[in-house]
Amino acid sequence: MSAHAEPHPGHPQPHRGNANEHPPPIYYSSRINPGIVGIFLFLGSEVMLFGSFFTVYFFDRVVNSHSHGGSPWPPYIPGTHTQYERPWFLALVNTCILVTSSFTMHWATTSAKRGNRAGLCSGMVLTLLLGTTFLLTQVVEYHRIGINTSNTAFAATFFGLTGLHACHVFIGLTILLAMTIRAFRGHFSPESHHGLEIGGIYWHFVDVMWIVVYVTVYVL
Amino acid sequence: MQNPFRSEQAAFRFVWLTIGYFALIVIGAAIDRWLGLAVFVVETALVAWWFARRGDREPPLRQAPGEHAAGERRLLVVANETVAGPELLAELRRLAEGVPTRVLVVCPALNSPLRHWVSDEDAARASASERLEASLGAMRAAGIAASGEIGDGDPLQAIEDALRTFAPDELVISTHPEGRSHWLERDVVTNATERFALPVRHVVVDLDAAGGVVAPAAAATDPGPSR
Repeated sequence: MSAHAEPHPGHPQPHRGNANEHPPPIYYSSRINPGIVGIFLFLGSEVMLFGSFFTVYFFDRVVNSHSHGGSPWPPYIPGTHTQYERPWFLALVNTCILVTSSFTMHWATTSAKRGNRAGLCSGMVLTLLLGTTFLLTQVVEYHRIGINTSNTAFAATFFGLTGLHACHVFIGLTILLAMTIRAFRGHFSPESHHGLEIGGIYWHFVDVMWIVVYVTVYVL
Repeated sequence: MQNPFRSEQAAFRFVWLTIGYFALIVIGAAIDRWLGLAVFVVETALVAWWFARRGDREPPLRQAPGEHAAGERRLLVVANETVAGPELLAELRRLAEGVPTRVLVVCPALNSPLRHWVSDEDAARASASERLEASLGAMRAAGIAASGEIGDGDPLQAIEDALRTFAPDELVISTHPEGRSHWLERDVVTNATERFALPVRHVVVDLDAAGGVVAPAAAATDPGPSR
């Protein structure tokens, strides 16, 4: 057998290392950007994750209403004839805070595209503050709600859904913090703001999921 | 269907659409729970209908190539497996007869949808590159000034990409015969005629038979040596 085997016809030649050579240019499909595919697949997995929690919630609701001859929702606190109280007003205020943070996020991205650095930094700081306020408000809500996960299936699914969303807000805040630091360091420009765009998409997704969670858990 | 999270701006718009969608359901449910359900059904049906109709209402823009220097004819050839077919070569030789002609051959890197989505296109591009090189060699041997490039897996997209740099007078699409051609099944020739404002010539290459046929595609006229 020869030490220098001939490459098989039809297969690309193996790349031989050379300090003066650069790797071949990356070919991207002209229709689908890999970053967009990445965020699309990621959000798809997130939708499935939330979907499983919503399935549990609705299953509990349907089973509960049938097993107790059409009992109201939220169910009675065990041993009493008093329904659980959902803090819908506090959650509504929190919803307004989160929706406002989407607005400031969009303002920051638009400012970056226009080269308005002051607007970008202000928008990022405001988004970060509003997101933190949302999370802290939810912590306060958990403290005052008077139930815990071991009470009933309703309580477990309530904390499961809202807690899952809170985890996403926390991750979103971490991303926002990194984006804010980068914004202050001047990493984003009208030509290059991909990191801002992807982070913004994630934050809006978190916002959309909260609206679904709020309407499902607190209102309907 | 377009991804509602394709950009930050689109995602922001989707936030407001979500608010509007759920606000109407909540208002309906506050009046009567069955009304809330009805609003949910109607809204969901409207959204589905809107997405279904959107494709019909937004035809692709008809694109025209740019101008090029006078005194020469430019042909844009799009072909994949048939790129080295004798019928295509004979047709190009006939079109180039007596007129200074430049030919750009675009060979779409056909790929499976899954591989395309994950940008695993190396094998498809290598395969297209081999066919292209063989074809270019045959054309140059026949005295045709030809250059080539690997295009997008979607032939229409590949044509659109090439229009940006080449400015052809005529488009030549080479396919397998009816019944064996995926491109004909997908109406690539008809769609190209509708989408691009230049004459389209369809060359049928039967790799299993000896002779090929030049089909008279819509608007396939002889545009002359220059514009």
